[in-house]
Amino acid sequence: MPLVKNGEVTANPHGEVLTLEPFLEMAAADPKDAVIVRLMPDDCPLQLEPFLDQLEVVEISFPRYADGRGYSQAQLLRRRLGYKGEIRAVGDVLRDQLLFMLRSGFDAFELGREDAAQAFAAASREYSHFYQPAADGESGVFARRHS
Amino acid sequence: MYRYDEFDAQIVRERAAQFRGQVERRLSGDITEDQFKPLRLMNGVYLQLHAYMLRIAIPYGTLRGEQMRKFAHIARKYDKGYGHWTTRQNIQFNWVALKDIPDVLDELAEVEMHAIQTSGNCIRNTTSDQFAGATAEEIEDPRPWCEIIRQWSTFHPEFSFLPRKFKIAVTAAENDRAAIRVHDIGLHMRRNDAGETGFEVIVGGGQGRTPHVGVTIKPFVAKDQLLDYLEAIMRVYNRFGRRDNKYKARIKILVSETGAEEFTRLVDEEFEAQRDAEKIVLPQAEVDRITQYFAPPAFEDLPDTSDVLDAAKAKDEAFARWVRVNVRPHKQAGYGIVTISCKPIGAPPGDVTDAQMDVTADLAERYSLDEIRITHEQNMVLPHVKLDDLFDLYQELDSAGLATANYELISDIICCPGLDYCNLANARSIPVAQDLQNTFADLERQDDIGELKIKISGCINACGHHHVGHIGILGVDRKGEEFYQITFGGRADEKAAIGQIAGPGLRAEDVPSALERVIETYREVRSSKDERFIDALERVGHDPFKEALYAAG
Repeated sequence: MPLVKNGEVTANPHGEVLTLEPFLEMAAADPKDAVIVRLMPDDCPLQLEPFLDQLEVVEISFPRYADGRGYSQAQLLRRRLGYKGEIRAVGDVLRDQLLFMLRSGFDAFELGREDAAQAFAAASREYSHFYQPAADGESGVFARRHS
Repeated sequence: MYRYDEFDAQIVRERAAQFRGQVERRLSGDITEDQFKPLRLMNGVYLQLHAYMLRIAIPYGTLRGEQMRKFAHIARKYDKGYGHWTTRQNIQFNWVALKDIPDVLDELAEVEMHAIQTSGNCIRNTTSDQFAGATAEEIEDPRPWCEIIRQWSTFHPEFSFLPRKFKIAVTAAENDRAAIRVHDIGLHMRRNDAGETGFEVIVGGGQGRTPHVGVTIKPFVAKDQLLDYLEAIMRVYNRFGRRDNKYKARIKILVSETGAEEFTRLVDEEFEAQRDAEKIVLPQAEVDRITQYFAPPAFEDLPDTSDVLDAAKAKDEAFARWVRVNVRPHKQAGYGIVTISCKPIGAPPGDVTDAQMDVTADLAERYSLDEIRITHEQNMVLPHVKLDDLFDLYQELDSAGLATANYELISDIICCPGLDYCNLANARSIPVAQDLQNTFADLERQDDIGELKIKISGCINACGHHHVGHIGILGVDRKGEEFYQITFGGRADEKAAIGQIAGPGLRAEDVPSALERVIETYREVRSSKDERFIDALERVGHDPFKEALYAAG
């Protein structure tokens, strides 16, 4: 499946990815290998706090596009915990949700379509302004009107 | 009224362009109806029984003449010449072709309107008291905060795929006309001991299959913390609300299953944990900027009473009744708040024609400082009318079929579209409303019965608010036959309550006579004409009314 990062299709170097519980067990035994994890919608991202410095990728899984818990997980990782590594959306990731994901702190997307890079480029350009501050660093229209 | 600046205007224009692209992808076959569904549902487009339906947002029910005229134009050009006010102060067009919807959105954008927040599992259009800014009952105009909430919640990146739709209502008056206790979040503006105004926060109200009256989780949240507190509630709901069953997914179920106390603790914990970087920057200058748009309009200095009005009332009995029933006191001396009933006897409740919309637009410009409100009870309001002008206004309304004197009376019925339009419905609802209106058509009799709110839903989803009707009517399907279940004692106001089922359902044709017996019982038991049906019911209990309901010989 194409992985889009920084607007380009890139190789996906990681093999099997552990979900939260096995990841926490593994990380407790051998912390230096704890570089990638997959969160399911039920998982609490705050449990990753001890591993933030070494984590390279947090995959957030969308089993169904309509399950929006992943947006809160990403916002918590970025804004509550200050996580700087990659947040990758995997699963039922649709073109028309990319902008919400970008704004919530995702920066990599597994997109099941051939024109992934073009679709991403088009979707990310659809709006010039956003009302709310979010995890993308946008301060929001309330503030911009007075800056 | 709020006016768009370049930010608002651009967001709405870009939204229209985005949807045009999505419709093109659908019409060209690039995406299937299944893939298109989440996209149209972000934009007020529903697939109904016969056609696509387009729902357009009227933020907190406030609009001006130019915008109403645009609705008239849309009704004429793209629909069958009418529109329908919804119970969330919006408008629906039932016959718009999908290929035309992008053009409709472009036309709406020209007058600062859109279809954002009218469908989907997002934070929906914020609703409010239709008398806001005109009634003396409120501690301040709540609409600046409705607008702030509108902007904050528009395309919220974290809260656009909630477990279920999410509705917020705001009032600042003790007498609650916005039904805030049956919303996901109700905000009641309050003054604290220091004299500052803020918000009582009520969560978990709702109707549908499992009706709940909301509970107060915070008696006072300061204005500068409101959006952060709302974010905390939304995040708790987004993370922990049920997603396994669509009928248990509203926040009311989370609140009741978690327990109000524990739910409040979770929200407070989330609120306390917010770091500075997560707080919403809402500069005071921005609050002031938005508030300015809602400054009182240029009222004239007038005496409390009007000789012109008194003379006209003495001369014209029908006019006098209309004033008594449909005109309410204004905070400004010499003005009144006029409710334009969209419930003429025998027509579908809440429908208005293109011509009626045009007339209303003109009258608003001439008589109401260019302001119109839509009410959740599916009527229109001209909020700022000089008492001196009431008779002229009445005559023009009357020629347009808009002067029915039944505001809050028995024929002022809330009714969902029912089986005639909706693919969720189990039973018809509009014909039942029409039968009742015809039965109680006589305005003098209605006036004698006094305030009585009948609300009718054609299925358990309760779009017609039957749970909170003084008399609620729910259509159910039993083995292919329609039956109507009657509830008593519901109310949507500051004493919100869910109605109790009276007994077995009735056949459609038996509903009017059964309710006639109920009304006769009420007239016998009431202590005086001033004791409303709902008050008499509370005082004497439901039994006499149940007996009357099933007393058919």
